[in-house]
Amino acid sequence: MTASFALGPVADVPLSRINPVAQLAALAVVTVVLLSSLDVVTPAVVVAAELCLLPAAGLSRPVDLLRRTWPVLVGAGSVGLVNVLLSAEAGPLTGIGLALRVVGLALPGVLLVASTDPVRLADALTVHWRVSTRFAYGALAALRLAPLLVAEFEAARLARRTRGVEARGPLARARLLGGVGFTLLVGAVRRGSRLATAMDARGFDSGVPRTNARGSTLHRRDAVFVAATVAVCAAALTLSIGLGTWDPVFVGG
Amino acid sequence: MTSTGRLPARAAPAAGPVAVAARGLGIRHPSRRAWALTGVDLAIEPGERVLLTGPSGAGKSTLLAALAGILDAEGTEVAGELTVGGRPPRAARDRLGLLAQDPDSQLVMTRAGDDVAFGLENAGLPPGLIWPRVDEALAAVGFPHGRERPTSALSGGEKQRLVLAGALARRPGLLLLDEPTAQLDPEGAALVREAVARSTAGREATVVVVDHDAAPWLPLVDRVVEVVAGGGVVEHGPGWRPVPRSAGLALPPAPDGPVLLTAARAGYTYRGAHRPALPPTDATVRGGRALAVTGRNGAGKSTLALLLAGLRRPTTGRVEAAAELAAGVRGDRREPGRWRAGELVSRIGTVFQHPEQQFLTGRLCDELALGPLRSGEGASAARATAGQLLERLGLTAYAEANPYTLSGGQQRRLSVATALATSPRVLVLDEPTFGQDAATWRELVALLAEQRARGCAVVAVTHDADLVSVLADDRLELG
Repeated sequence: MTASFALGPVADVPLSRINPVAQLAALAVVTVVLLSSLDVVTPAVVVAAELCLLPAAGLSRPVDLLRRTWPVLVGAGSVGLVNVLLSAEAGPLTGIGLALRVVGLALPGVLLVASTDPVRLADALTVHWRVSTRFAYGALAALRLAPLLVAEFEAARLARRTRGVEARGPLARARLLGGVGFTLLVGAVRRGSRLATAMDARGFDSGVPRTNARGSTLHRRDAVFVAATVAVCAAALTLSIGLGTWDPVFVGG
Repeated sequence: MTSTGRLPARAAPAAGPVAVAARGLGIRHPSRRAWALTGVDLAIEPGERVLLTGPSGAGKSTLLAALAGILDAEGTEVAGELTVGGRPPRAARDRLGLLAQDPDSQLVMTRAGDDVAFGLENAGLPPGLIWPRVDEALAAVGFPHGRERPTSALSGGEKQRLVLAGALARRPGLLLLDEPTAQLDPEGAALVREAVARSTAGREATVVVVDHDAAPWLPLVDRVVEVVAGGGVVEHGPGWRPVPRSAGLALPPAPDGPVLLTAARAGYTYRGAHRPALPPTDATVRGGRALAVTGRNGAGKSTLALLLAGLRRPTTGRVEAAAELAAGVRGDRREPGRWRAGELVSRIGTVFQHPEQQFLTGRLCDELALGPLRSGEGASAARATAGQLLERLGLTAYAEANPYTLSGGQQRRLSVATALATSPRVLVLDEPTFGQDAATWRELVALLAEQRARGCAVVAVTHDADLVSVLADDRLELG
């Protein structure tokens, strides 16, 4: 299948130097701030700051950016539009504010995925946040199998055609998809249990405290990164309050 | 099982190879009436390299699972005794290394070095000691890349060598290899065997290889033990050679038929891919002849099979059916890729590499009747066809069984039979003999030759040199 499905190490970009847990902490700050403000100024400032980080995540080419973010952009556009069209009070400004909010909430995730190696993420979570190694590395191993599902889906669909089974019409298509889904599930369960056996044979989750060969260190720059995120959010809120546009969700937006 | 006392959990495992001993071992899986294995007596000295062979269904896999200590703890009945290094296998798992068949379901990490380190991290080794051992293990198996190599960019043979390195880094006392080359092309398989020979030459681990295909392992093992289908094991002396699976095979002659299908400069590129999966290729498929498509992995063999089978349309060039084959197709379409599924099923039959991807129903008899029903045959005719095929394959007793419950060899025969049920003029098979034991192999070859003799065109994508030599009339080498 095509290489874009493969789960591999991500390219080393400047943002990769920020520890994944620091990125997650920053993501949490942004999420809280954006979820609680309904105006247009706050998300505008946050999105502007996030856009400045895109080159640091290796996403400076518009093509790369669009490829990763088009579902977000479509979603944001429709959220804005629907609110403007369906709500009596919502003006275009409210619509833009809501759309920016969706973009502002989604971009940190895009940045994280583009700059963070899944293994480094598992390392950071287990080392710093004491997430169970059984969960973190188990999920990592399972994630590696996901690209295979894409190839298997294709094979199962073609296999149906060879047997004379073909979907014409939406109902038949849905039934066919259900059948393919079952085939995939059976395959995934079998492969999953083979993987579990292989991990077991290498002493995974055997009760011995696990060490980490790569380690995961928090540097000064990680603290700076989180502090800068807090500062941007504070600036956004200050500006919004100063302009008199702030519209916190909990006061009754 | 023996009553060896449990060792304290944190006791450092002893180094060095371990002995394996079985006395009167019998194993019955949960909710099965028959014993999977009976009367096995076996003594393997520390550091020995032993091949366990035998036909499918004789109990090789069960014996391997028992040695690895991964039998279902609930409900599995065990008679006699089995010890690994004097301990029950389940307690000896800290001294075990395992290399299984499927290269894709044994790797955990995204980089090669991290994957080898995984087992050492699990053992609680201090990080400073891990990397030297990783490098040592990678060197021992002749891994051709550095630690940073993404595991997703490795070939099947390279993945298997990496898994082997991951097992060896833990310095196992017993290394179990479960048909480790069954899913590889011949070059990949040879490299894995070479890595096994090289990395175990120092006799630091006892090695048990399980494989029904004995011949390639003979140069690197000390002993050959055959698991016998009726129960027990037989030790083969030095100089033993397996009977070649094609020995004495007499295939019916076939009349040369007309050209049924042609590929003219047909190629295929996946959407978004930079390189074509199949560069422009010519092929001619004739009735009454068998065409073998060979070449290394990645050369586009399976893609060509999909194009000839009418499952994908070429992105360049053309695949065209002869008027004779396309007769009766709606709109007189000549390209199989444009036919409806119901039209395709009675003209071109396809057998995929993995049989279980192809099963669509819950019973063997329904599975065989499905194609005929879809091609427009009546229900009673479809049932009759299904009955005949079940009898031909010796699977009548399983008519009501679920296809997923069959053994690997039975599933393979069933998947070929489902394609034959509509009597197609062209049969396209992707690696039909993959991982099959000698008995199933002979049966498959006979079945294909029978189809050829009735005028059917057989196209087989294969790495199997024996299949090519006994069956192929024409050969197309890709890459």
